[in-house]
Amino acid sequence: MNSIVNHEFIIHIASFGLILIGFYIMFTQKNLIKIILGLDIAETGVNIFLVSAGYFKNHTAPIFSKAGLSAEQMTDPIPQALVLTAIVIGFGITALALSLVVKLYRETGTLDVSKIRGLKW
Amino acid sequence: MRKFFSLLLLLGFVFYISSIIGTILFHEDFFHAHNVGLQITENAVKQTGSINTITSVVVLYRGFDTLGEVTVLFLAALGISLLFASGKKEKNKIEDESFILKYGSRLLYPFIILFGIYIIVHGHLSPGGGFPGGVIIATGFFIILITSDFIKFNDKLLSVIEGFAGLSFIIFGLIGLFGQDNSFLANFLSTGVPGKIISAGIIPFVYAIIGIKVASELSGAIGTFTLVKQEGSKNE
Repeated sequence: MNSIVNHEFIIHIASFGLILIGFYIMFTQKNLIKIILGLDIAETGVNIFLVSAGYFKNHTAPIFSKAGLSAEQMTDPIPQALVLTAIVIGFGITALALSLVVKLYRETGTLDVSKIRGLKW
Repeated sequence: MRKFFSLLLLLGFVFYISSIIGTILFHEDFFHAHNVGLQITENAVKQTGSINTITSVVVLYRGFDTLGEVTVLFLAALGISLLFASGKKEKNKIEDESFILKYGSRLLYPFIILFGIYIIVHGHLSPGGGFPGGVIIATGFFIILITSDFIKFNDKLLSVIEGFAGLSFIIFGLIGLFGQDNSFLANFLSTGVPGKIISAGIIPFVYAIIGIKVASELSGAIGTFTLVKQEGSKNE
């Protein structure tokens, strides 16, 4: 492996690290807001991984903003369009989850998952 | 015991992810093989007239998915307003905040909204488009909502705008369906000169509709949080 330490490799490792940190938070924390933050961190990792999957070294953004650009020197537009979707849907999920937490806090008076009756975890 | 199981689960996940990363690292051509993206970048300007390839993927090549995505966002906003429907609809009392915060936000918010409109209108020319632009506009309203009473939050008006935008998206799609191309969201307008503001057929219009819809939905979702009066817990 001649390219073991390059740009893409570092980004892949970082995105997987973010995903793992997010999952660790979700598995171990008891505060509901922290669990949602963990979900967000994992989601950011996934988004970074998807964008870096379409990235090629020394290529430009896929916008023909000036003459003389050819398609061969551009990055892949499909993962970027996918991530555009994923970010918006992530926002919707986070907002809905937070409103559920607000509702739950009003009902039970606590954010601790282990103290809420009906949740076994 | 709980910690042990969660660590076990995490360990399984680490194994899964490391197997994926192994596949990626030890196949040099993993990402470069079967490159559909290259085909799209080569043909997109000719086919759609939009110089921003990502926009033509989002709005035209994958327009039906975008409609589904807008629907997901709508469902999230609907869920939030349903969850808060039972609470008293009263705006949280704004505490006496500093003069600078209050009037600085009033000064800033027209420019934020103008920037959002710019991002939406130039969606087919530069990075941006309906989704980021809508989020920026919603941010402008959000700043006003949490700092002063300058604008009254109007839930009903926002849902009317949102419904209108969603309907016009579908109507745009249906015009394409009954036009000459016989496909949903077909580009029935002329593509024009690539690089001009009025070009790329229906892309600017669809993106404007998406921008209005996202802005009104997110403003509604955020505004709902400020509306509901804080109540004590019911168990007491």
